[in-house]
Amino acid sequence: MSMIKKETSSPKSAGAVLTRGLWHENPVLVQTLGLCSALAVTNAVANSLAMGLATTFVLVGSSIIVSTLRKFIPHQIRITTYILIIATFLAIADMLLEAIVPDVHKAMGPYIALIVTNCIVLGRQEAFASRQPVGLSILDALGNGTGFTIALLMMGIPREVLGNGTFLGLHVMPKSFEPWVVMMLPPGGFFMIGVLLLAANWRDLRKRTRDRIARALATDVETPPREAPEPEVALV
Amino acid sequence: MSNLFWIFISAAIVTNFVLVYFLGLCPVIGVTNKSDTGLRLGLATTFVMVLASLAAWVLNTFVLATAPFLRVIAFVVAIASIVQIVELFVKKTSPSLYRELGIFLPLIASNSQVLGMTIFQTNRGYTLPQGLMFAAGGGLGITAVLSLVGGIRERTELAPIPAVARGPALVFMIAAALSLAFMGFAGMGAA
Repeated sequence: MSMIKKETSSPKSAGAVLTRGLWHENPVLVQTLGLCSALAVTNAVANSLAMGLATTFVLVGSSIIVSTLRKFIPHQIRITTYILIIATFLAIADMLLEAIVPDVHKAMGPYIALIVTNCIVLGRQEAFASRQPVGLSILDALGNGTGFTIALLMMGIPREVLGNGTFLGLHVMPKSFEPWVVMMLPPGGFFMIGVLLLAANWRDLRKRTRDRIARALATDVETPPREAPEPEVALV
Repeated sequence: MSNLFWIFISAAIVTNFVLVYFLGLCPVIGVTNKSDTGLRLGLATTFVMVLASLAAWVLNTFVLATAPFLRVIAFVVAIASIVQIVELFVKKTSPSLYRELGIFLPLIASNSQVLGMTIFQTNRGYTLPQGLMFAAGGGLGITAVLSLVGGIRERTELAPIPAVARGPALVFMIAAALSLAFMGFAGMGAA
């Protein structure tokens, strides 16, 4: 909750609303939200996928209701109302998962219920669905849910392949490969998200440095008598 | 008696809520800039968890037996109300403590630790004393981790860290190392 940030960019078009959550404002990798479920279930690809889809379902469902009711929900009790709406959709998702993929449901255990406290879901209601029309809210929820699923898979695939030598239960690594069991265990989850965030940081820093160089070069053309580009610019 | 003891130890150390169950990672990133704030938030969480454990037991025993699909909704509402009541109570009885905890208390309501604890307690079918021990152990385990991570982060403040590793990435690397250390307790007491 404390981590819910202000919208960093205002949406320009419906397409932008949909794609924003996928990568540039990816809820896990950029905003570091919803980490509890992201780390807990990503020791297998199937679980990551199920968690991603269940969260997307809850996100889309509650966004529709919150957006439809946005004019009727009193401001003072809005958070409680959102949580109740989210919990309702969670109960549906829980029963659906239990009926369709009982094994995965069992493996995910209590973490399905914890979608309720996933900051992404509540964050989107507060930041987007409570102020925007239904159509845009659905797109926003879909974008963020898919972004969450992508992030989960980015953690789940390496963890299962390296930790167990399998992908969706099928052996993919050569026989001589000794599985890194630690990747399946909790430290592997922390390590994996650490590596992903490092990569995201690195990309961000490099982009910013490039922008700065480009800007410096552009001004150089206009005003030639300038000294060497800023010394702290370093390609990391 | 020894059963209760092992539930306590296992919730606090062997299956630490933060490092093994990944519960409540937002406060680990958000409030562990200093060891002291981490400690205080941890103790407040422990208090709420013990009360929530009691409430979950009451709900499970008397209300939810016939309607298990309402469990999550009921628990969420119960936890939110407990946090609200604790906030009012602390505000009335000890304004100085309220000022210190002020910002943290409402955040506990949206914290996966408390809800996760009540659900684990239900799934494992703990009795009331077992549940209370589980909640207390889990809360103290969280407190230990919050202050440990806070302490390590205080140290890193003056260390020459490359720009690329600053922020949450570093906290997760610290957590990975701590989690690895806590794995050493795995298998202790089969509770």
